Amino acid sequence: MAAQLQFNNVTLGYDRHPAVHHLSGAIESGALLAVVGPNGAGKSTLFRGIVGILKPLAGSIGRGGIDIRDIAYLPQTADIDRSFPISVFDFVGTGLWRTSGPFGGVGKAAHAKIAHALAAVGLGGFENRNIGTLSGGQTQRMLFARVLLQDARVIVLDEPFNAVDARTTADLVALIGRWHAEGRTVIAALHDIELVRGSFPQTLLLARTAVAWGPTPEVLTAANQAEARRMCEAFDDGAAACHADAPPRAA
Amino acid sequence: MLLYQALVAPFIEFEFMRRALAGIVALSLGGAPIGVFLMLRRMSLVGDAMAHAILPGAAIGFLLSGLNLFAMTFGGLIAGFTVAILAGVVSRATELKEDASLAAFYLVSLAVGVTIVSMKGTNIDLLHVLFGNILAMDDQTLLVIAFNATLTLLVMAVIYRPLVIECVDPLYLRTVSRAGAPAHLAFLALVVINLVNGFHALGTLLAVGLMILPAGIAKFWARDITGMMLVAVGSAMLSGYAGLVLSFQTRVPSGPAIILVAAVLYIASLLFGRAGGVVRKLFPGRHLEA
Repeated sequence: MAAQLQFNNVTLGYDRHPAVHHLSGAIESGALLAVVGPNGAGKSTLFRGIVGILKPLAGSIGRGGIDIRDIAYLPQTADIDRSFPISVFDFVGTGLWRTSGPFGGVGKAAHAKIAHALAAVGLGGFENRNIGTLSGGQTQRMLFARVLLQDARVIVLDEPFNAVDARTTADLVALIGRWHAEGRTVIAALHDIELVRGSFPQTLLLARTAVAWGPTPEVLTAANQAEARRMCEAFDDGAAACHADAPPRAA
Repeated sequence: MLLYQALVAPFIEFEFMRRALAGIVALSLGGAPIGVFLMLRRMSLVGDAMAHAILPGAAIGFLLSGLNLFAMTFGGLIAGFTVAILAGVVSRATELKEDASLAAFYLVSLAVGVTIVSMKGTNIDLLHVLFGNILAMDDQTLLVIAFNATLTLLVMAVIYRPLVIECVDPLYLRTVSRAGAPAHLAFLALVVINLVNGFHALGTLLAVGLMILPAGIAKFWARDITGMMLVAVGSAMLSGYAGLVLSFQTRVPSGPAIILVAAVLYIASLLFGRAGGVVRKLFPGRHLEA
């Protein structure tokens, strides 16, 4: 299998402080990968790097030749203005941006697609409601519907099941399974270890760098998880510059 | 017959009233939709600040060539664009929010503008700059206003979709398109153009009035953005017309009369509006089955 995402010794962070430190590895095309780690492990930072919002401080991220806009991204706290007067139907419809663009018409076929996506996440009948009237879990379903319409090769979900009830989680996990079956690459940050064991064949255990990466049962051992927690507690305001990529000095 | 005398006759008898009415229609068509977006982006006061930012440019135009339409329009556009682009770039490039950087510009601009006008002109000129004079518009002014309104509607049609997404979910727009920043800057440019428009009719202090008050009115009557823009344009035109009649019959200055009528409509909407008006909130009726 070809690598869809390739991390070449990548360091991502803010104000020179690394949040993801010297990560190397590859995510295969069509993989279903859970990213697990304690708070502050760099999961969201890694995702922001993948979708190109954050430029690496060092190293590079290869995207297997796909356009950055062919990656659908669901951020941890979606920065949505819920008071904006837009209907659920129109909001989800923005997922068709790549085919409709700024001017393209939204015809009958597109209407059917949007209705289908809403039905798939269990939001049939909500078309004309304003987005501000939805509950937290319903908003999450709506965002999944938009991801569905984006029809992207790579789907990046940052803690998609926070504050979501069991039934909604089950529905959305089923949707993720469908994306996997369609051959898309799906990466999700999760805290629910049981869910990871049950539904995600591969796991990356992250604590600023990869603690373990591979088949889920081999990664999620008690020893690995304790190691991840230990590694996350090192943040130093006065840290010196990292020399790991500096060229070796001549003798 | 009395109603005809009061409401229609002034416009039939006097050409300056017809011009003023035409100016109001153009101002409403361009300014009101912009006002709706300003309100939805929580930039209402930003619009006010921008209105003052125009003043030094218009004042320099005035200093160089007196009450010359093109000099003042051009100066106002340059000053407005400078501030808008600076503020836009600063807020995109740094942590400083747009309102903070604009607040400083606004105070400085107002002081500089009034100083420049006072240096050369009379108090009458100053009043003209601060409050405009919609009853004294010549052909050229009317054409400039109509041109700017047309330009506004055309550009809005082009940037409408990215602008809406940029308002609702800016991060999403960033991941699918690079249209966000150009749409935002084009929108700021439209704000400036419409403020310069309003400046000629209503002066620098009230120019935002026909943008923000109709948007506030619309908020209480419509729940979707299309409806809001229609209500805003309609109420802006109604305020303009009624304000002109009021001004004609009572000798209240035209600019304040227009804004006062808009304010009355605003208060009425606040109280009786279908979408979230006070009366509706106090007496919501029995709750529904589901």
